[in-house]
Amino acid sequence: MSSFLAAADDELTIYERSRPGRRAFVAPALDVPERALDELLPVRLRRDEPPRLPEVSEPEIVRHYNRLSKRNFDLDTGFYPLGSCTMKHNPKLHERLAALPGHAKLHPLQDPRRAQGALELMWRLQSALGEIAGLPHVSLQPSAGSHGELLGVLLTRALHEDHGERRTQVLTPDNAHGTNPATVTMAGYELVKVATDHAGNVDLDDLRAKAGEQVACLMLTNPSTLGLFEQGIEEIERIVHGVGATLYYDGANLNAIMGICRPGDMGFDIVHFNLHKSFTQPHGGGGPGAGPIAVSERLEPYLPRPQVVRREPTGNGGEALYDLDYDRPKSIGRLRGFQGNYGVFVRAYAYIRSLGAAGLREVSEVAVLNANYLLARLKQAGVAEYLPAAYDRLCMHEFVLSGGPMKHELGIKTLDLAKRMLDYGVHPPTVYFPLIVDEALLIEPTETETKETLDRFADIVVEILREARQDPEVARGAPYSTPVRRLDEAGAARRPVVRQQM
Amino acid sequence: MSTYVSATEADRREMLAAIGVDSIEQLFSDIPEGLRLERPLALDPGRAEQEVYDELRALAARNVSTEDEVSFLGGGMYDHYVPALVDSIVERSEFLTPYTPYQPEISQGGLQAMFEYQTAISELTGLPVSNASVYEGPSAVAAAGYVAKHVNRRGRFVVSRGVHPHAREALATMAGSWQMETVEAPLRTGLTELPELDENVSAVIVAQPNFLGAVEDLQALADAAHSAGALLICSCDPLPLALLKAPGDCGVDIAVGEGQTLGNRLDFGGPSFGFFATTEALMRRIPGRIAGETRDLDGKRGFVLTLQTREQHIRREKATSNICTAQALNALAGVIYLSWLGRRGIVELAELMLRRTAYARQRLAALPGVTALHEQPVVREFAVTLDAPIEKVIARCRAAGINPGYPLVRSYPELSEGLLIAITERRTRAEIDRLADVLGASVSAERETLAGVTA
Repeated sequence: MSSFLAAADDELTIYERSRPGRRAFVAPALDVPERALDELLPVRLRRDEPPRLPEVSEPEIVRHYNRLSKRNFDLDTGFYPLGSCTMKHNPKLHERLAALPGHAKLHPLQDPRRAQGALELMWRLQSALGEIAGLPHVSLQPSAGSHGELLGVLLTRALHEDHGERRTQVLTPDNAHGTNPATVTMAGYELVKVATDHAGNVDLDDLRAKAGEQVACLMLTNPSTLGLFEQGIEEIERIVHGVGATLYYDGANLNAIMGICRPGDMGFDIVHFNLHKSFTQPHGGGGPGAGPIAVSERLEPYLPRPQVVRREPTGNGGEALYDLDYDRPKSIGRLRGFQGNYGVFVRAYAYIRSLGAAGLREVSEVAVLNANYLLARLKQAGVAEYLPAAYDRLCMHEFVLSGGPMKHELGIKTLDLAKRMLDYGVHPPTVYFPLIVDEALLIEPTETETKETLDRFADIVVEILREARQDPEVARGAPYSTPVRRLDEAGAARRPVVRQQM
Repeated sequence: MSTYVSATEADRREMLAAIGVDSIEQLFSDIPEGLRLERPLALDPGRAEQEVYDELRALAARNVSTEDEVSFLGGGMYDHYVPALVDSIVERSEFLTPYTPYQPEISQGGLQAMFEYQTAISELTGLPVSNASVYEGPSAVAAAGYVAKHVNRRGRFVVSRGVHPHAREALATMAGSWQMETVEAPLRTGLTELPELDENVSAVIVAQPNFLGAVEDLQALADAAHSAGALLICSCDPLPLALLKAPGDCGVDIAVGEGQTLGNRLDFGGPSFGFFATTEALMRRIPGRIAGETRDLDGKRGFVLTLQTREQHIRREKATSNICTAQALNALAGVIYLSWLGRRGIVELAELMLRRTAYARQRLAALPGVTALHEQPVVREFAVTLDAPIEKVIARCRAAGINPGYPLVRSYPELSEGLLIAITERRTRAEIDRLADVLGASVSAERETLAGVTA
């Protein structure tokens, strides 16, 4: 935070900067007859007053949003070990590629014969994602991970209904991402939770007790949200398929296993990818993302319309044609408009082409190495007394610490630790998730961080704990160096002010 | 091979020693042996940055973009001008690379921008509450249907045939899972004609303007829906709203729509953003993130994600939606663009489109073999029907460097020779005149061919 900005800390909104008569936009000249508005649009259909958008000049807009940007922490500036979010480096090449006019200015209703480059890119991306998942058929349509989850559950329903079955429940572990249970409800199923055992795996006895003919699907994240590989995955597969349910892979944690093992080989029927996690689409402060899914043969008929297909040349010397296939009689239909978030596909495809098979495997190897190193480093620094690992095992690409002892011994909560980290210039880990761990901290360093960054993070944790032993009020009152201090979230929800008052 | 990993061999040795294992392989010992992939993934080897650039540049070159032809394509996404300042701001890493603002103290930039965006959407739609974005237009219609289902627990959606075909399909995909029936309301003389509405109708869903470009009488539609106790959901095109009576002022309960035209690229269909606005009464049923104003410990104004008890990460299976990652960066482009247009500029832009579209419609309808599909008021888009085979006419136009529009038959089988034509501010009078010349000549040529065959 530079002193210039700190001095002007009470930032105005763009509306508060508005002055009648200021402007940035100048319309192109009217080159057709100026017919009266009444003639073109009857007055009863017209609004009386224009929308009260701000009246500001171009220099003001630029300065306003540049100043706002400096009130954001971002991945390009600092460490972002946000568990389950895979905040890894976003290669700069990708922005250049996505901005090429052939990609960026391609209309979605362009005739497929005149969009061959885009369709071929999508087809190649489908093939690559299918290979990574170990499942042959891919739909790129879903807009985000949660959208992919919804699609996966809808495909499950279509499969069962096609076989004359009506099932009512979907199982998720009690440590699942919130999107899983929300998806289950939205897709019209009843949620049933499966317990976690003492080692952090799915409790197989509980799963056996709950699996039955009424169960449509088990949605599973593997490695789990505890950062642990499901050691009983083979038995889970047998139980789930034994009752005729599908096995769904939540790909939020795919960054741990690329090129190491494949969900399809574990018996999963459906996998979603978060292209904004493992495949480097920048997160944009809350999107855009993309959530393609890969499925097995038996679910292929139900995939959404349209599918990107490659039509082989007929006769000699012709070229393959990439096309959009709408002729899918068993398809569940569409989930959204057009063909999905193509701009995200450009970036993900560039990433896969840059790294190749060896590079993707290295990503997962180093992601897991970095997480285990950071966990070991924290233990060696004596942090475990206050922040023990929730499960004392090797982790995958992320791990969970419990802030329970810290709260009892030092009187500071996980939230206080997180807020104090802001003063040290790092983004805190995911906090209070998974719900089954008391005062949880979910830490995912990713493969793109250096050992020095991990060491520094461990030092910061040690320092905050040391500080708390002396005076817990420091952490309780943190942060101190940010543009604003702790905000009244309860008050915001009680009396919602969700737009500028004018 | 490119790499974004910085662990050296020395680092790796040191880190493994600290962990207390001998090899990276050992870190994966929890994975049952039979499940480990014993071969490399069957992917092409990685390449250097410049090689990847060349490859994707070559793919881009095989697409015909709006820079390569004069395009009158619309149908939900439009070739509008995106000012340079939008690109310059959204490419800043401080906006491009953060996660969702779960730590508000270090996310005030993104949160305030969301608040400003919500205000702009609220102004356009005339509704007091906007969320911070949903995925895109058509799925937003399904999301609005989900809200309606919960609000009145009725069993049927009445959907105008003027709603974007992709939106109708996205809603139908979900409605089955909710045990909801969907009934279509036909278009007559270009406008929605509602059937008799009974007490089982949850929501009436219309578009403004509709897919054929016609401006609907939202007030009348809202009155009809409300008299049956149903909600009116309207999928709106945001730029024409500069001129049109605001949906909220007409009684619309939920206004959604596609935000691509607000400062976002075409990108072959995404990413763009969807907007979602509603009344105070439905505020706590809205999907997705909402930024709200509050105060910090020192009394200073700040912004937070609010009403989070609606959301999946708190409420889980009782959440109002499963949406998590939405389209924050695209919505940011939206509010920057709307600020650039400003209060007067947005009206000037819409009036320019209105007049050029009227001009184009008049020019084209005067051509032999070209007839307007309806006579209703239009703002940016209109539909004609050709007295000649549509695909052949389009092929002839393309050969002359003109993409004349979207053949409606792909979505409306009954409009076999229909053509949907969009006139944004990018299309000049000279280009419209060229369209008229080329389309006129193409229709004539095809009619002559047909006449020749018949003779």
